[in-house]
Amino acid sequence: MAVATPAAPGISVERPTFEIVPRKGLPIVALVLIGVVVAIARDSRWGLVFCHIVGGGLWTGIDLFVGFVIGPIIGRMSIPARIEFSTRFMPKMLLIMPTIVTMTLAAGFQLARQDAFLDTSNPRHAWVVASFFVVGVMATIALAYLEPANVAVLFELRKAQPDGRVIEKLMKRFVYTAGITGVMQVVTLIIMTRLVS
Amino acid sequence: MVAVAGGVIYMASYLPKHAPLWAALVLLAVAVGLQLANALLLWRIENFAWARFFQVWRWSLLAYALIAGMIEFAFLYDHTRGTALVLLTLLLALFMLNVPVLIAFTVARFQATD
Repeated sequence: MAVATPAAPGISVERPTFEIVPRKGLPIVALVLIGVVVAIARDSRWGLVFCHIVGGGLWTGIDLFVGFVIGPIIGRMSIPARIEFSTRFMPKMLLIMPTIVTMTLAAGFQLARQDAFLDTSNPRHAWVVASFFVVGVMATIALAYLEPANVAVLFELRKAQPDGRVIEKLMKRFVYTAGITGVMQVVTLIIMTRLVS
Repeated sequence: MVAVAGGVIYMASYLPKHAPLWAALVLLAVAVGLQLANALLLWRIENFAWARFFQVWRWSLLAYALIAGMIEFAFLYDHTRGTALVLLTLLLALFMLNVPVLIAFTVARFQATD
């Protein structure tokens, strides 16, 4: 997930009021996570495939679309427009991304178990381990580097006088990692299609 | 985070069989060491927005406890037992503790000090 925000120090533009974590979205997140737990507990093949395909498709699609389409567009917007977009967009991403990532990984692990891909003697085991590695790289970048920046930007935007330099510094993280995330997502697509073909 | 992710991936790539434990133990030891160093360095910081740090840390911890709980549930459901389960649980606990600190620190360092 990548967005660009203001660059000028000491921003004083109109900003919409916003919640850092949109509370209205929490019941939907809870519902999705309960659905994943139920699919795992019932060993429901359709439920697990649904969670993995829907979650994985959204995760890859959002990452690539935001990183390579939305991000550069926001970068060229005026500062007030960037602020308005970011204050509406980033809180939603804070709920959406961890939810679809958890949904995809939890369901995917169960599918790998059901299909015996976790068995070290399975000829496709190496592909699963490769996907673990790719997910590990993406998770480390997302959780240790991008998510803290996302939350910090939202706290900065809530200040009466947000510091543009702080926001610019934090948002550069998204630019630096967009390429790595993009490559990892394409590798994920290759691994997943190889696994099931 | 890298050590924790490496440890969980290493252990999970062998499930439901048991992985050779030495590599996971090394990664766990590295993760614990880094986490302690992290806490020590954090504790030594002067003029820091501790109130904001703990506010963000609390809520992030709740969110990541839920995520780690779900992953633990999946391992238990898959009949992971014994030393492998203990190691995976410890690695997940470190994951659950580490991410909230990263988020809270990044937020608090740009906030006015207490």
